Amino acid sequence: MLFHNHSRARRAGAAAALAVSFALVATGCAATGEEPGEGGEGSGDANLAITFVPKNLGNAYFDTSDKGGETAIKEFGGTYDEQAPAEGTPDGQVSFINTLTQQGVGGLAVSANDPTAICDALNEARDAGVKVVTFDSDTDPECRDIFINQATGEGIAKIQVDLIAEQIGDEGQIAILSATANATNQNAWIDLMKADLTANHPSIELVEVVYGDDDDQTSFDKTAALLQTYPELKGIISPTTVGISAAARYLQTSEYKGKVALTGLGTPNQMRDYVEDGTVTAFALWNPADLGYLAAYAAKALIEGEITGKAGDKFEAGKLGDYEVGENGTVLLGEPYTFNKENIGDFDF
Amino acid sequence: MTTITAPTATNRLLSGLGGFAKARETGILLALVIVVVAATVKNPNFVFSNDGFRDLLLSPSILLLVAVGQAIVIITRNVDLSVGSTLGLSAYLTGRLFIDFPGIPIIAVFLIGILFGGVLGLVNGALVAFARVPALVITLGTLYIYRGINVAWAGSDRINASDMPKSFLALGTAQVLFIPVLTLIAVAVLLVAGWYLRNQRAGRELYAIGSDPGAAHLYGLKVTQRVLVAFVVCGALAGLAGVLYSARYGTVNSQAGSGFELEAVGAAVIGGVAIFGGSGTVWGAALGAYLLFTINRALPILGVQDFWQRAVVGALIIGAIVLDRLLALRQSRKLVEARDH
Amino acid sequence: MTQVAAPTSRTYRDYAQPLWRRILVSRESAVFVALILVIIVASVSVKHFATPITLTYLLLDIAPILLIALPMTLVIITGEIDLSVASVAALASVTLGTLHQSGMPLELAALVALVVGALAGAINGFLITVVGLPSLAVTIGTLALFRGLAVGLLGTTAVTDFTEFWKVLAKSKIGASAIPSVVIVIAVLAVIFAIVLHFTRFGRGIFAIGLSAEAAHFSGIQVERTKFILFVLSGLVSALAGIFYTLRFSSARGDNQTGLELAVIAAVLLGGVSIFGGRGALAGVLAGVLLIGTLGSALRLASVTSDVINIVTGSLLIASVVSTSVLAWIHKKRSAPNHNK
Repeated sequence: MLFHNHSRARRAGAAAALAVSFALVATGCAATGEEPGEGGEGSGDANLAITFVPKNLGNAYFDTSDKGGETAIKEFGGTYDEQAPAEGTPDGQVSFINTLTQQGVGGLAVSANDPTAICDALNEARDAGVKVVTFDSDTDPECRDIFINQATGEGIAKIQVDLIAEQIGDEGQIAILSATANATNQNAWIDLMKADLTANHPSIELVEVVYGDDDDQTSFDKTAALLQTYPELKGIISPTTVGISAAARYLQTSEYKGKVALTGLGTPNQMRDYVEDGTVTAFALWNPADLGYLAAYAAKALIEGEITGKAGDKFEAGKLGDYEVGENGTVLLGEPYTFNKENIGDFDF
Repeated sequence: MTTITAPTATNRLLSGLGGFAKARETGILLALVIVVVAATVKNPNFVFSNDGFRDLLLSPSILLLVAVGQAIVIITRNVDLSVGSTLGLSAYLTGRLFIDFPGIPIIAVFLIGILFGGVLGLVNGALVAFARVPALVITLGTLYIYRGINVAWAGSDRINASDMPKSFLALGTAQVLFIPVLTLIAVAVLLVAGWYLRNQRAGRELYAIGSDPGAAHLYGLKVTQRVLVAFVVCGALAGLAGVLYSARYGTVNSQAGSGFELEAVGAAVIGGVAIFGGSGTVWGAALGAYLLFTINRALPILGVQDFWQRAVVGALIIGAIVLDRLLALRQSRKLVEARDH
Repeated sequence: MTQVAAPTSRTYRDYAQPLWRRILVSRESAVFVALILVIIVASVSVKHFATPITLTYLLLDIAPILLIALPMTLVIITGEIDLSVASVAALASVTLGTLHQSGMPLELAALVALVVGALAGAINGFLITVVGLPSLAVTIGTLALFRGLAVGLLGTTAVTDFTEFWKVLAKSKIGASAIPSVVIVIAVLAVIFAIVLHFTRFGRGIFAIGLSAEAAHFSGIQVERTKFILFVLSGLVSALAGIFYTLRFSSARGDNQTGLELAVIAAVLLGGVSIFGGRGALAGVLAGVLLIGTLGSALRLASVTSDVINIVTGSLLIASVVSTSVLAWIHKKRSAPNHNK
């Protein structure tokens, strides 16, 4: 190979490359002066393009909540969209949020994978005029305008602890099958559950918290591992719809069916089979569709300037009625609801 | 004049045993036994409960299929990084078949899954064999492409267990004489593959191609054809694994099988299949698959936080290839000594 | 006119193509042209593309890929490969997080993270050059090992509390422009790498090793030492990319940047570096990274989902490598049509 002569071509090629890169850079420099704030749509004419950014795709819970949001958005004539990473990682959401900021949407409804990691992206969005509502899983209050909480953390934790205590006779070993380790709502609920157990159920021992990452196969395998590692295990709480359905599926075909209690947060459609054949006695949830519906209306109120997210602000949320913003910019949807054999046939989500 | 004595029966037996003892695969088997024993000592449920025994045999069988296919490809001095995506696509296809064609016979689903995987493998094989591009690059590209197709097709839907017939799902946990059906299928495939690679000409030619493609070509072996077939088989096995995956787990989303490719390569490498091609057996790969999965299960029981699993697997892979290298060096030194006698 | 007829040897000028043609028709230029085309088409047809904020996000997103592509180019040109770069980045990220969390000032923690990266690269280098293992197998093993160590150290939590100054710096821009400051670092490193690769003897040695390690060895090039240095560099720069990523997202996690190695390799190969080694130019690699990044950014803004973007990336990768192969084949047929009979 004639290196010698190639190098001349290489050098010229490198020079050409540098020239083009400078051109690219110059474009970037020349286009400055435009503050990102003006990049989005003007706020004179309310921009009701609202995008839902759940923790991840392919999750039945978020499918329902986002559909609820879609219903609301159709009602008030906005534009709906849904974007999310395939896996529930914090940085996965950031690139979508960045893109949406660039596209100049009016509002975002986000369920956060981590309380702080997506903060900067959200704040950049807010600087560009985008209104940010969090639902289901919050971020730090400084990064969003309003948080729609499905129920009080204490209420959610208490109902699951009560259910499992009832089902195992208030004593024995239990474990928790959670979602991802950083999820704000999961960690908040788990801490509250631990406090509740220590205070009110001294004979119940929480042996381990495992993480199924909101992935079906992982949750399935983790359940199997739990049952093998702790032969005395009497109950499992899974405060995530993906986890509880995977655990139920494992239990259904294992020798522990009926011997190990399972409860947590699940959707009726996913759990119907298991409740009807006795694998699961009762579980809790709220209506995720209502959650998304409320989040969409809250975003609309923010975009139209009706409210700013301060405590005491009131806004109207379609068929759900009027809601008031509480402390820390939080709006409470309602109370959790218990599903069991008697009532599970009445629901379809 | 040295007298050549015919090998007596005991001599043959002893040398056979010696070969067995020194075989790479035996080392893996030993490691596997040690791990199982250690875990069982700590918690007898690991093996002696119904579920424990079943899970021990059942879960690795999916990886086993993929590892066997991967071993075949690696033996020819290639690699197939797209098997995880192929598995995911096949698993999703299985679910969709049951949803869109209710009443479709299960055997048809199996066949379609295998065929589908074979076609995906054919794409890889054609590009590698005809375009003479390194398999690493091609399968890297198809890894992206197949996964992208999977996600685009599935969207945010997923297949739920309720979408598939109970008889199919029962396959996932059914047992014949305490041995899970899925394991039987995997072992049957393993037996066929092992026999073919050892006793059939086409199988042995794969080793020749992996050892020295140039020489194989000059020797007149149909290199292109064999490599093509190797990839097709690898894809077909991944397709079969996808069908089994649906049966076992019941729920399939667009991320099914992510990361399987590296586990399959790891299993093969740990099992003694040299990444440079030309040596190793599918038995080793199968044992490697079992070892990997069993270690994953045993670690939490042995008190190692399961976060360290990945590190253990990585250390094992490196240990395996270092060991291989040392053994190869020792062997070549012995051969040189024998030659220079 | 001289009487003595000197043997008429054709000079390079006689049969070579003119300089302008050599530059414009080279592989790297093709990538550049593609890049410019994409920019033009996107600016016209995709809303919001031609805004400064797009450029900012684009450059911030591809900064780690750009960084790691620099040493990766050199590694691939020598005929090796380093699949562990993303894991080293994650390990550095976790080191930074845990040390900072336990009270160490950020600057010192970052330094330690860089050292960790260099050590990781040294482990790779040691196994590949001293023990003599194939780089594909080693880096698959270290990919798992380093990632496993990262995940093992932090579990699945993330450290998200970092000094404000550095966080802001990571995302700051140059003056009033839209270009992130990190581009300065990248530009400086790129220039250094380019000079080393194309204008020094060390760089020419790299090309020589890629073309034939044995010949290079016999011409006096320190093959083993060169490769070792390259792997250490790869680890060091990966650590730098990991630190940047951590500060930008304010999140140190064990599973940061999974899959980054594929993006880097895809971009490097797209940029004209031959997977067989011995050929390539940094200019092309920079264009390749920019092309993939710009294409992805434009498609995302046009609301094309990321799975389709992955299909495009994978297809680009395959097309680029296959086309090289096909062109070489055509060239061979054309230049020696009557030879092979």
